[in-house]
Amino acid sequence: MISGSIVLVMASFLASAVEMVEALTIVLAAGVTRGWRSSLIGVGVALVALAAIVALLGPALTFIPIDVLRLVVGALLLVFGLQWLRKAILRASGYKALHDEDAIFEREAAAARAQGHEARTGLDWYAFTLCFKGVLLEGLEVAFIVVTFGAAQQQIGLAAVGALAALVIVLVVGVVIHRPLSRVPENTLKFTVGLLLTSFGTFWAAEGVGVAWPGSDLAILGLLVVYTLAALGYVRLLRQQRAVVLAAAKAGGSK
Amino acid sequence: MSYIVSFARFWYDFIVGDDWVIAAVVVLTLLATAGLTQAGVGAWWLVPLAVLGVLWFSVWRVASQHD
Repeated sequence: MISGSIVLVMASFLASAVEMVEALTIVLAAGVTRGWRSSLIGVGVALVALAAIVALLGPALTFIPIDVLRLVVGALLLVFGLQWLRKAILRASGYKALHDEDAIFEREAAAARAQGHEARTGLDWYAFTLCFKGVLLEGLEVAFIVVTFGAAQQQIGLAAVGALAALVIVLVVGVVIHRPLSRVPENTLKFTVGLLLTSFGTFWAAEGVGVAWPGSDLAILGLLVVYTLAALGYVRLLRQQRAVVLAAAKAGGSK
Repeated sequence: MSYIVSFARFWYDFIVGDDWVIAAVVVLTLLATAGLTQAGVGAWWLVPLAVLGVLWFSVWRVASQHD
């Protein structure tokens, strides 16, 4: 299904873009305050580890029968996608703070400046481990999506291409502007990825337990539309609730 | 042993996150869907319904605790 391939690349690209923006903030903070050599080596080692995870897990998953794979992968993507969607709804409605890359950069840079200088194997150990852990942890979510989403569609390579494209774009932009990408609409991207993962997760998991979807693959589009409308509705309801609570608190405080 | 516990905890936090109710509802709903499907009932609607319900429950609960 060509449209499925497009969605696969899009989901990998968007998820990778969001996570790489967050990782870039950490790398910039370490690089600017502690030096670039150790920071970039940490990044490189993390990327190699992530590539190894995808390269090992991806082919291993192809040995599992596709129905079982889709059930397990679908259920995992559904739970994972609902996590993303839940947080995106809470941020959009004001019940959770938006990701402020500038504030995170300042915090990480301050912490990096406060650290002592420990050298191991010729590296600034703090800068190396900060960048390694930051890129690895942020990248693990992308690797998870690439492996599971890609395996369910039997196109892990295509999913990896989407993720790599986002990584390259974020890196290039980060190098050019040399500051955190605070104007990227992160929550909108997370909202979108959450909806995609939840929709595909629902479709595959239900198929895995024997459900025959009306309209076959078109049901994914139906799920996406229903979930999008519901999620936007939930944001609206929560914003209204928050406005009422804030107004009541203000009225109570002015008495 | 502590390494195994830490490893398991990492993956639990990674996939399930901070609301285990979502994961529990997904698993139970899939089991129910499988049962209904085996019994010959067209149960394609059950998982989407459960997703809509548990998503609202989860965000409403956070909002209520916040307020």
